[in-house]
Amino acid sequence: MSIHNVIQVEGLTKKFGDFTAVNAISFKVEKGEIFGFLGANGAGKTTAMKMLIGISIPSSGKATVAGFDVFTHAESIKKSIGYMSQKFALYDDLTVKENITFFGGIYGLSRKRIRQKSAVLIEELGLEKVANKLVGALPLGWKQKLSFSVSMIHDPKIVFLDEPTGGVDPITRRQFWEMIYKAANQGITVFVTTHYMDEAEYCDRVSIMVNGKIEALDTPKKLKEQFKVANMNDVFLKLARG
Amino acid sequence: MSICVANISKSYKNVKALQDISFNVKVGELFGIIGPDGAGKTTLFRILTTLLFADNGRATVSGWDVVSDYKNIRKSVGYMPGRFSLYQDLTVEENLQFFATIFGTTIEENYDLIKDIYVQIEPFKDRRAGKLSGGMKQKLALCCALIHKPKVLFLDEPTTGVDPVSRKEFWEMLKRLQQKNITILVSTPYMDEAALCDRIALIQDGKILEIDTPEAIVKHYPKPIYNVSANNMYKLINSLNAYQYIHSVYPFGEFVHYTDKRAEFNAVELKLYLESKNLSNIRIEKTVATIEDTFMELAK
Repeated sequence: MSIHNVIQVEGLTKKFGDFTAVNAISFKVEKGEIFGFLGANGAGKTTAMKMLIGISIPSSGKATVAGFDVFTHAESIKKSIGYMSQKFALYDDLTVKENITFFGGIYGLSRKRIRQKSAVLIEELGLEKVANKLVGALPLGWKQKLSFSVSMIHDPKIVFLDEPTGGVDPITRRQFWEMIYKAANQGITVFVTTHYMDEAEYCDRVSIMVNGKIEALDTPKKLKEQFKVANMNDVFLKLARG
Repeated sequence: MSICVANISKSYKNVKALQDISFNVKVGELFGIIGPDGAGKTTLFRILTTLLFADNGRATVSGWDVVSDYKNIRKSVGYMPGRFSLYQDLTVEENLQFFATIFGTTIEENYDLIKDIYVQIEPFKDRRAGKLSGGMKQKLALCCALIHKPKVLFLDEPTTGVDPVSRKEFWEMLKRLQQKNITILVSTPYMDEAALCDRIALIQDGKILEIDTPEAIVKHYPKPIYNVSANNMYKLINSLNAYQYIHSVYPFGEFVHYTDKRAEFNAVELKLYLESKNLSNIRIEKTVATIEDTFMELAK
């Protein structure tokens, strides 16, 4: 495989009994790319993502993530990626600092490294005043920004973001995307799902899943041209409504 | 008036969830409470549906006081909470039957009200509610909230986490219900849904920022607003943030929305500045503000 493709997927399939949740999807994601992974509820996004982050074994097909095979090297994948979602982010009853230390420890960082990372991260996010407060007491937007930073504490090659901005206020949502741009600019690949179609426009390329298959994959600009519509929302509606 | 809210406040320990909230909703109106998580939307819904006492202020629903006439309110409103609250172990049909019985009615009596929605989930009527997909759960919850023919419908974030297709279908259902003279109070964090309401209240940190029709709110935006794009989005945002005349800059889809501090904006000057920052393919065009622009300007 090319060294530039940090995710390479070919004919990846997942079946549950008679039901094919993910049906032979193929795509590649390059280093430093922001890749939007869209689809209606139930289209198979979560199942596909679970295979890519090494927590679900595919029924058939091929996939490598950060150079590791999803069938044989799932544990190596887990160490080379970051993951955050709206549902599982940080521990509410630990403080900001404790959460950083905890996740740093999980990823095997030295104490010294955790101290350094912790200081940088708290400063970058402007969390100095709340560093010793419980995460549960922070506004959702702050939590999500912290959670994103923590998911990259071990300098992963790829970070997977599962609906990271759901319910977040519009200003914080944009600050969150500025963090995504920054990460991508530093060479981290960002794989992101969202229900906000304006966010789909922020991605370098976007794939849209319908009933387990990838029905469209291109830059937002080309998708809009292909479907002859003005915005990504209309692309989505055209595809997913059939 | 269908809903009257006067100076309602509510605090939890040291968090001011609602601060002096007032608004009125007319009979048959589709009124949106638009704001992010933590704005106080659910607290407001719980007070109006008589599930929570306010610390201060008064509110009436269909003319009944939320404290002294709570029983009448409970009989005459439908409430769909943000969390799925039906019985997961009962089937689709059993849930509907249950809610009809609780309110002393039958499915048959008000079937015409839910028919459009129910036919979409009827093929699964013997499936347990817990086994339904997100979109189907949402439709069942709406049927259960409607089965006693309520005068007022309270929908707390019915579309959160729902994909754009199902969201669009849900709003089409609301428009049809509105024609049956049901007052609808709906909350959402999606600013694009605001345009579908008759009137909206923008809410953040327990305070109402503005109440008006979506068209009027957009017109109140105080500054000319420009779409700016260039070859590198990240560099563009950073460069604009460093520009001496910037008032605000927010990514908006493929563009950045830019507003200028000065009364007279100079597009040529901005273009030269961006070029000096090694950006290319620069486009600067006047555009119109959206609800989200207004919200961010007010919340700043």
